[in-house]
Amino acid sequence: MSDFTPDIRAFVCHYTSQQSCAAGAEGMAAEGFPANVRLARQVCTGKLKVSTLLAAFEDGADGVYVVGCPADQCHNAMGSQRAAKRVLAVRKALQELGVEPERIEMFHLERGLHPEFIATARNMDTRIRALGVGPFKGETA
Amino acid sequence: MIIAERKPIDEIMAMLQGVKRLLLLGCKGCVTVCSAGGEREVEILASLIRLGKKKEGQPIEIIEAALTRQCDQEYIDSIDQWDGQYDAILSMACGVGVNFIANLRPVTPVFPAVNTTSFGGSQLQGVWTEQCAGCGNCILHLTGGLCPVARCAKSLMNGPCGGSQDGKCEINPEVPCIWQHIHDRLHRLNKGESLTAIMPIRDWSTAGHGGPRKTVRDDLTV
Repeated sequence: MSDFTPDIRAFVCHYTSQQSCAAGAEGMAAEGFPANVRLARQVCTGKLKVSTLLAAFEDGADGVYVVGCPADQCHNAMGSQRAAKRVLAVRKALQELGVEPERIEMFHLERGLHPEFIATARNMDTRIRALGVGPFKGETA
Repeated sequence: MIIAERKPIDEIMAMLQGVKRLLLLGCKGCVTVCSAGGEREVEILASLIRLGKKKEGQPIEIIEAALTRQCDQEYIDSIDQWDGQYDAILSMACGVGVNFIANLRPVTPVFPAVNTTSFGGSQLQGVWTEQCAGCGNCILHLTGGLCPVARCAKSLMNGPCGGSQDGKCEINPEVPCIWQHIHDRLHRLNKGESLTAIMPIRDWSTAGHGGPRKTVRDDLTV
């Protein structure tokens, strides 16, 4: 069994994550939210920039994901649709760099679905553990 | 404006083999408007290059900047401030900007980060279409303001050709036949009879066939 613990960054919609965050870090951990997933709440995922997602990888993330509203129910009309397009742009860029595009993912979740929010984090944790250490962590010559 | 799109990352990374200090130069002109090479795209490309180099285990330092315009001597001189801090320049401007930077730095490698595609406009958000070919001899007054040089696949002067079907071009059913549009428009303007005049064989010498074109305005030169 590998002792690799991935560094995962989650950029999450304020509304979608509201119920989970209300439980507090201890409450979320008690329900199985992985400790290696770092949450960054956004006023709206539509505000996320491509460069912000890339910066997470530059900063050492092995995996990145975004959780936004269902595409047709965004509080800001098209925010989560915009986020999905930016995630897609990063996936394409990773592919061009010869890196598994699965290291970044977009999820659309209903508001207030606490178990699904936790499950998404766990699924992403499982996925990144299977992919292994990110390719951007190598020592530079 | 000039339309451009970023080159594939692997093509850019191949240009940067061995480069350890890079000046990445965006342009705040046309390529900012068409989201190919402005400040935002500089930030994204710099990040991708650093990630690509990190993956290869090679360090790179990148100076990120966007000039007001790279097609203007007045603004490109400002790169003097980074002299001695880079081994190569990667320009995100159109081909004009890349040429201007290369002219300015005769002994520094200068690479293009975008493909310059056309003179066009923004039809919808995220969609740009070619409208002008820069042929140097405008005939839009004869064609209802619609350009057959840029927008007809054959650049016909007396169209449409036999491949026009239901107002679409034979090269692609999504491409409008511009000659159909020219006919429709001139008839709407009660100028349909002008279409009976045969346009003469075109003189293409103004379209770059006489070598690089140069425009001089004596009233503006100093």
